[in-house]
Amino acid sequence: MAVLDILGALITLIGSLFLLLGSIGILRMPDVYNRMQAGTKATTLGSMLFLLGLGISYIECGCIGRIIVLILFILFTNPISSHALARAAHHAGIKLADVSIRDCLKDDEQEQEGASV
Amino acid sequence: MAEIIINIAGYIALFALALSFIRMILGPTTADRAVALDTMTIISISLIAFIASKSMRIIYLDVATVYALISFLGVIAVARYIERGI
Repeated sequence: MAVLDILGALITLIGSLFLLLGSIGILRMPDVYNRMQAGTKATTLGSMLFLLGLGISYIECGCIGRIIVLILFILFTNPISSHALARAAHHAGIKLADVSIRDCLKDDEQEQEGASV
Repeated sequence: MAEIIINIAGYIALFALALSFIRMILGPTTADRAVALDTMTIISISLIAFIASKSMRIIYLDVATVYALISFLGVIAVARYIERGI
């Protein structure tokens, strides 16, 4: 059991480091789209690792089933909410950062308008 | 040993929560604040599971699940509001 404890604790530590990296990305990235990427991808992986490590480390309390349900829920819903938010921000006309090179969604919309006219 | 490592991980997650709270205060647009709030919610779910494991109360994990559900609905509602108004 000691090996499982140490393994779960290390997985929890790695997950918390991913959470910290996501938060630093949210604080330092230049515009809302970059912030969304940092804050969603890193945080999804980090919270999954954190919960999995807790479930392994405290396996005697019998909560691994609920933790797996929670992990699956985060895995399915977090990208959906981020996608909806990014689409809404783009439709509301929030500008990209100055260092951005191209905007593929804008190009696609202009192409569709040209085809329909 | 394992207890110490898990406690350090909990403190790191708490620090990450504070960092994204700074972005939620600073954020220039509504979308920035919504993104920061989403991140804060995910970190809070991890911390609720941490407290549930430390105090051996499985019922707190149900609280975390319902919190995740409500946060998902809230972010979807904010996205619709940004896109075309209420």
